[in-house]
Amino acid sequence: MPGTEALKLNRKTIVIMGCGRVGGKLASMFDAAGHKVTVLDLDAYSFRRLPPTFSGTALIGNGTDEEMLRKAGIESANAFIALTQGDNRNVMAAQIAKNIFKVPRVICRIYDPLRKDIYEQLGLESISPTEVFADLLFNRLEKI
Amino acid sequence: MSAMKSLYIVIVGGGNIGYYLSKALLNQGHEVLIIERDVRRCERLEDELGSCCMRGDGCETVVLSESGLNRADVLIATTSQDEDNLVSCQVAKHRFKVPRTIALVNNPNNDSIFRKLGVDATISVTNTILEHVEQEIPAHPLIHLLTMTGQMEEVVELLITKDSPAVGKSIGQLKLPQDTTIALIMRDGERPKIPAHDAVFKENDRVIALTTLESEKILGKILLS
Repeated sequence: MPGTEALKLNRKTIVIMGCGRVGGKLASMFDAAGHKVTVLDLDAYSFRRLPPTFSGTALIGNGTDEEMLRKAGIESANAFIALTQGDNRNVMAAQIAKNIFKVPRVICRIYDPLRKDIYEQLGLESISPTEVFADLLFNRLEKI
Repeated sequence: MSAMKSLYIVIVGGGNIGYYLSKALLNQGHEVLIIERDVRRCERLEDELGSCCMRGDGCETVVLSESGLNRADVLIATTSQDEDNLVSCQVAKHRFKVPRTIALVNNPNNDSIFRKLGVDATISVTNTILEHVEQEIPAHPLIHLLTMTGQMEEVVELLITKDSPAVGKSIGQLKLPQDTTIALIMRDGERPKIPAHDAVFKENDRVIALTTLESEKILGKILLS
């Protein structure tokens, strides 16, 4: 089937740190789209968020630990996304992925908008959910 | 000697290390400010050391700005969380242009990672203890003598044993890593000498080498097995 052939060629390896609501959801989306997904979390209980159909890897471990990232397959990853609750943990893991392991695409969640600005200036692709959500609400309510 | 210049030093984390460090630095005549998250810990530090403590998160730009980090000479991050120490140092360096940042590193692997990510100097308690243990063990094959501050370089001592693959070979014959220099060969009954390219290693040679954290393993393999 030409469709599956194309999918094989485009199959990406994605490492996600943090299996919370966003991390778990993102992991199942990429998995359903046929990509090779590894999710990392400190707490095995978080993996309950993954659907029964999930065919990727769920690993218990700390994503700020170089050895753990290696175990998660970071060396051959096409993308790394840092999605834990801790801004600093995300920032550290994302920088290790980007600068030490040279992962081609790294995205980091940073709740604190000020910290996000600093790391964006340093070249780390970052998203502040705080900013995004506040913007969204403001735009919706602007015209009341 | 002329009077030492008094520095403004900001310490993030008022735990045991932060406390003893501040005490020592204050005694040396420096201006010290501790940033500590816990209110009660803050009060206790102020009772003991005078008003030199500020309550807040040492990773937050606003808090760091209030601490007058703009004019600080040094920032030392001493919390028990490596990621917090990294962020404090990076924010200090890039946002406030602090000339020197020092981080306590709990996971020894983070030593070289933090330096690559721009922290000027790192201190790993685990590595420091390990170095001392190595020096206490007689004839440990690789001893860490010195880590250069602010750089990736270090000075190590290696003992050539009779099983070493380097015995009978010259420096030129061995494929040493580019960033590694054999600085000195010490041999019983001879004066230590700076070796030439064709100097041949013998059993029981003690070798002093300048290398990097990364090349150290390769050097060990070539000289020791």
